Amino acid sequence: MLYREAGQYKTNYAADMAIFPLREDRVGIAIIILAAYSLAFLGNSFLLQAVMIPFLVFSLAAIGLNILTGYTGLLSLGTGAFMGVGAYACYKLMTAFPGVNVIVWIFASGFFSAAVGALFGLPSLRIKGFYLAVATLAAQFFLQWCFIRIPWLVNYNVSGALDAPLRTLFGVPVVGATATPQTRYLVVLTIVILLTWIASNLVHGRIGRAWIAIRDMDLAAELMGIRPLQTKLLAFAVSSYYCGVAGALLVFLWYGGAEYDVFNINQSFFILFMVIIGGLGSLIGSFFGAALIFIMPIVLGIVLPAMLSPFGLSVGADVIEHLRFMIVGALIIFFLIVEPHGLARLWQIGKQKLLVWPFPY
Amino acid sequence: MDILYKIFVEPFLFMVEAPDLLIQTLWEGLVSGVLYALIALGFVLIFKASGVFNFAQGIMVVFSALILVGLYEKGVPAFLALLLAIGAMLVLAVAVERVVLRPLVNQPDIILFMATFGLTYFLIGLGELIFGGNPKEMITSALFLPQGTTELEMFGGLVRFQHLDIAAAVIASIMIGVLAVFFSKTRIGRALRAVADSHKAALSVGISLNQIWVIVWFAAGIVALVAGIMWGARSGVSFSLQIIALKALPVLILGGFTSIPGAIIGGLIIGVGEKLGEFYWGPLVGGGIETWLAYVIALLFLLYRPQGLFGEKIIERI
Repeated sequence: MLYREAGQYKTNYAADMAIFPLREDRVGIAIIILAAYSLAFLGNSFLLQAVMIPFLVFSLAAIGLNILTGYTGLLSLGTGAFMGVGAYACYKLMTAFPGVNVIVWIFASGFFSAAVGALFGLPSLRIKGFYLAVATLAAQFFLQWCFIRIPWLVNYNVSGALDAPLRTLFGVPVVGATATPQTRYLVVLTIVILLTWIASNLVHGRIGRAWIAIRDMDLAAELMGIRPLQTKLLAFAVSSYYCGVAGALLVFLWYGGAEYDVFNINQSFFILFMVIIGGLGSLIGSFFGAALIFIMPIVLGIVLPAMLSPFGLSVGADVIEHLRFMIVGALIIFFLIVEPHGLARLWQIGKQKLLVWPFPY
Repeated sequence: MDILYKIFVEPFLFMVEAPDLLIQTLWEGLVSGVLYALIALGFVLIFKASGVFNFAQGIMVVFSALILVGLYEKGVPAFLALLLAIGAMLVLAVAVERVVLRPLVNQPDIILFMATFGLTYFLIGLGELIFGGNPKEMITSALFLPQGTTELEMFGGLVRFQHLDIAAAVIASIMIGVLAVFFSKTRIGRALRAVADSHKAALSVGISLNQIWVIVWFAAGIVALVAGIMWGARSGVSFSLQIIALKALPVLILGGFTSIPGAIIGGLIIGVGEKLGEFYWGPLVGGGIETWLAYVIALLFLLYRPQGLFGEKIIERI
């Protein structure tokens, strides 16, 4: 009843191209953003620190990988390392120029990982598919080795770990031990919304269409006048930029300090899970994927003991952990069988059904 | 100039000066190369027959070895445990075909790739649930695998050959030979090759795809079990063995995803290249380059031949 497109006429080209053509969609997104901001004042610090901040950080990384894998069709397993480049670059910039605002450096650190990403994207012109995926593993292992072996990256500190120095924004600490989860959540949320908006404009415009053309058939795209090298490298650069910013956020606004091990191969796989489960080539899918892959284990950890206890089965924490692995694995297979195009497709189907409700079509 | 000398001259001088060390390094490289090839073989078998890039191959190595060792610890005789482990691999093959492959038939490659990730998680959870997460010793003596070392004097030095390594190389070679004969001479082998060529054409001449998939996953499971026994004997049975399985990936891109000889030669090149690089050039940059050197070698090869050494030529049409 509330969700109808009747009576909303598109009278010009811009209205036809709008990302949210329906008034109801625009209202909906405004409500979601408002709710996300008000959560900072309503939610407790566990919810913000352990659920919402990592969820947003992983969503951003998933958007980055989705630009590369979902929109341009280049499979990458080096996401973790590109996130690492962003985090280490941010640390170096923050400590080398303590006077400049930390937000500036978070955005700037992405450019370093964009440069590294473009460099490792060079083989993509000749190598395709799974061969490219393995080639990006070279980036993953090489960069991780650099994080361990080059002490300059951590300013020669003995522990070899990144730590978050105290940095403020308008006099309120945002990075460092004294920053409250509330401020950090607000900063992360604002950055993620801003970057998602930019990504949405990118993928809907000329650049995004070039990426999609390359994905669907790169040979045909080349014949139509799209330059494969520039387009693919741009995809690598933009994707790595997003991953780099996500890496910087992960270390300085979530963990508050980290070792090289955070950016290992499992992190790369983790992000790839989110992209595929959420839906390849869909920005909202990145958020769904991050929610499912990151929040599902947390919920299972809480729900499982409660579910097992009525049967008189008091199980140890390790058994819960193993069951969690099994259930996550089985659910991944289940979701792929039910909807191989990801949660974003389910979302679309749901919206379509709602539009014509109560009629079937 | 000094750095160029250290890169291009000094290592080679060192090789000539101490040939016994060179032989030792080459031998170690060959052995690990054969074992990489064995893991890569499991990938190739499945990729050829079903087009699935089976990420779970690494965990299948760990899982099969865990079943073997775990059953032995529970008091099952070693060879019965071996048989049961093979049986478990058969059950796994049937289950994977029924639950994962059949419902996902005709989906894009990346979706099937993702499904094997799910399988990996499931098997990690299951393995730890049943057998615990602690590293275990491989039952080398109960399986009559030789132990000890032989030291041969050559080129004015001693070269050490671990008996276990020799056995690993021999068993892996036999395994590869048997598979090659199986593929080229038997009825099932020919059916497998037909499926690898074209699913549709194979179906139209009456080959059951479902049956072939079970056979292929079972064969890959047995290869995984052998690889698990060999790696387990070298470095213990634990979930960290999974990382070693990732080493099979550069072997694959070097040899081509669809070629069995490619997997073997690729394995040897990666194994030897990695050990030589680590031993002679590693100290220049602080060591530990073994983790990425294999990938860089493979990447350099790929820039010349994008389909790998023996892969089928990629022909693109619009």
